[in-house]
Amino acid sequence: MEKETKVAAVSMKNITKTFGSVIANDKVNLDIYKGEILSLLGENGSGKTTLMNMLSGIYFPDEGQIFINGKEEVIKSPKDALRLGIGMVHQHFKLIDVLSATENIILGLEGRLNIKEASRKIEEICEKYGFEVDPKQKIYDMTVSQKQTVEIVKVLYRGADILILDEPTAVLTPQETEKLFNVLRKMRDDGKAIVIITHKMHEVESLSDRVAVLRNGQYIGSMLTKDTTVTEMTNMMVGHAVTLNIVRPEPVNPKPRIEVQGLTVRNEEGIVKLKDVSFTANSGEILGIAGISGCGQKELLEAIAGLQVTEAGTISYVEDDGSKEMLIGKDPLKIAEMGVSLSFVPEDRLGMGLVGNMDLTDNMMLRSFRQGHTPFTNRKPSKQLATDVVENLEVVTPGITTPVRRLSGGNVQKVLVGREIASAPTVLLTAYAVRGLDINSSYTIYDLINEQKKKGVAVIFVGEDLDVLMELSDRIMVLCGGEVSGILDARKTDKNEVGMLMTRVGGKEHEGKE
Amino acid sequence: MKEKNKEPLFHIVKRDALPWYKALGIRFLAILLALILCGIITTITTGINPLQVYQSIVLGAFGSVRKTWVTFQNIAILLLIALALTPAFKMKFWNIGGEGQVLIGGLVAAACMICLGDKLSNAVVILCMIVASLAAGAIWGFIPAFFKAKWNTNETLSTLMMNYIATQLVAFYTIVWEVPKGSGKIGIINQNTNVGWLPQIFGSKYLLSIVVAVVITIFMYVYLNYSKQGYEISVVGESENTAKYVGIKVEKVIIRTMLLSGALCGLVGLLLVGGINHTVTTTIAGGQGFTAVLVSWMSKFNPLTMVFSSFLIIFMDRGASEISTNFGLNHSYSDILTGIILFFIIGCEFFITYRLQFRKKAEKEEQ
Repeated sequence: MEKETKVAAVSMKNITKTFGSVIANDKVNLDIYKGEILSLLGENGSGKTTLMNMLSGIYFPDEGQIFINGKEEVIKSPKDALRLGIGMVHQHFKLIDVLSATENIILGLEGRLNIKEASRKIEEICEKYGFEVDPKQKIYDMTVSQKQTVEIVKVLYRGADILILDEPTAVLTPQETEKLFNVLRKMRDDGKAIVIITHKMHEVESLSDRVAVLRNGQYIGSMLTKDTTVTEMTNMMVGHAVTLNIVRPEPVNPKPRIEVQGLTVRNEEGIVKLKDVSFTANSGEILGIAGISGCGQKELLEAIAGLQVTEAGTISYVEDDGSKEMLIGKDPLKIAEMGVSLSFVPEDRLGMGLVGNMDLTDNMMLRSFRQGHTPFTNRKPSKQLATDVVENLEVVTPGITTPVRRLSGGNVQKVLVGREIASAPTVLLTAYAVRGLDINSSYTIYDLINEQKKKGVAVIFVGEDLDVLMELSDRIMVLCGGEVSGILDARKTDKNEVGMLMTRVGGKEHEGKE
Repeated sequence: MKEKNKEPLFHIVKRDALPWYKALGIRFLAILLALILCGIITTITTGINPLQVYQSIVLGAFGSVRKTWVTFQNIAILLLIALALTPAFKMKFWNIGGEGQVLIGGLVAAACMICLGDKLSNAVVILCMIVASLAAGAIWGFIPAFFKAKWNTNETLSTLMMNYIATQLVAFYTIVWEVPKGSGKIGIINQNTNVGWLPQIFGSKYLLSIVVAVVITIFMYVYLNYSKQGYEISVVGESENTAKYVGIKVEKVIIRTMLLSGALCGLVGLLLVGGINHTVTTTIAGGQGFTAVLVSWMSKFNPLTMVFSSFLIIFMDRGASEISTNFGLNHSYSDILTGIILFFIIGCEFFITYRLQFRKKAEKEEQ
């Protein structure tokens, strides 16, 4: 694409931002051009989101200047940012569930409230870029992808022509992602400047015109996407050469370990989340679970871990000698007392797997604090474990007395996985183990999971990146709307087949979604 | 359209964890500033020399041996209630029912003294009082905890309502047991026999509460930081989901902790009735059930810090009332001074967590 008449829509100069002693951005320079999609790359904690938050008025830079269309501006609040035409779609949606799409979109705008007029304008925007939004639909009725669309329309409605998207595809299916990309391309052709933060390299390649790389809060460089390769970009992000291969050792002597029969689960509102799910997870094997988010993955893992009330069906643990023990109706403590060593890396790391305000030692103690016969806790083994995990998994932390919430996403996950595999499990459940993690940390986690597999652990791996699922798993079970739509041999299937099953129940077209 | 959008003069930046001595310094400075402001305001509004005011504050708290003892006894009582509430707060259970739990503990202690005083020996009566007070406080803690655990009711409301029930019960029994009839108060119970009066230790009638406070402070510090139950409380307080995930029974922890919290409040009721006042009135807790909430939070749930917080509050409270009597000021005046000081102490937490980043000079020149 020719860019002779490039105008720098945004020019950030020498931006510095510190949080306490942490330097999130160190004299960063970044130009964003109109009619261009820019991928902002960097590992976790490299300062991408912080930088964009300063552009959208959420943080205020300690030093540096921001030029919008060549004029220096001071962005004190999101309102200032919007006035300058900058809109950001955050990783965590900022929508009000009980309001409709229109109400959410006009929320906080000044002037008279005119829902009809607003709806008309929203439809206009949707038509222009090919969005599908029902202005009257309530947010709680929407799928993740629809919610995201509302977020994007929201910033467009406010007249944004500089659009920032923070990991927009993390929660989308391949089909939804493609749709989003088409919209983004249309917006680019319309002359808007688009910044997308993502960890998925193939998306960078297929979507963006230019990439900019941050590392440890510093600006490393930028280049045209067509002139670079995944390897080059990754090396720039990490700072040294990395190899990007997921090994898949052949399962050694697989034996049934977890048997699930006819499992049905309703959530608190009485909605069926799992329906008649049956499968077997074998030792020494990774069973990948694919599906659009919210299709019962969470409930399935929590049911096995003893955290979810089930309605029907059985879950049994098969001992090495073939004898079976029921897991259903038992809480995690009872399961542990039965001598079943079951480890669970939940999706919500800081809300379920760890305690954010506690330090590493106390988090290690979560699983083991009951040991010993005195009424007092013994922190010594936990301290040792924390030290070992930090050392073996290369956790970046000021020390083992740092509260885990201060660590970056990848390091939090290493702490959690480290603790869970320390108990020498026979079953390992992981939910979105690499969500939000950068390439380097992701591969560390894959290695750890593979190591467990080699030790004969039955691994159930709920994932969202199909490429990874296909490379890592031995078998893939696809869930759709709480039902099993297929169990495939990961070595023989392809992405298309899995993608199709994700939106179909037993071969039938899934209602309500395309 | 605004023609110029200037950079703000300063913006707020989160601080790194401050070294303890700096944080302490900021707090000390806050108290100093508060005292200076109190002095200035006093001088402006009343014309009294501020140095005299400060002197009165100190004399109010430590002016005589008796005053010093009373100050320490008051500190002990406030500290005890704060310690009792702390495990609940650490569990993020908003127990603002300390007042009621103390009152009910005091009421049953008085009931034992009145009803059993002439039937059983002194030692047995005291034993009954101890058991009954602890149990009554525990029940007052148990009821909101049970509803919270079973049906997730709002504990702020239920503990608060339990306060009113306790107050009304005390008011009712005041009439039942009033001496002499028609006086509307119970008066000193067992004044002649002293049955049910908690023993004086080392010949001092003030020392018992202080010793109990020291013991409970150490107990609570160890319990919260080094016991398995204390660890469970922290986990439940931080995240119920995490607690369930590691197999902690959240309902059980809530109920157990509130039993402890309530029982300790009941113990304070016992000390107030059996050890200090030898009577019971609806105002015997004197709002300390609420002040203790402040003490507990100000100290960030650290029992050792609570010793200083309660010292500060009692010291100021006694000093302030001394000012109002010495200089013939309205009693509300002492409340104003206490208010100013608390405002500074709580306000300084902002400067411990955040700092102000001022606009850089270099940028000014450019503009």
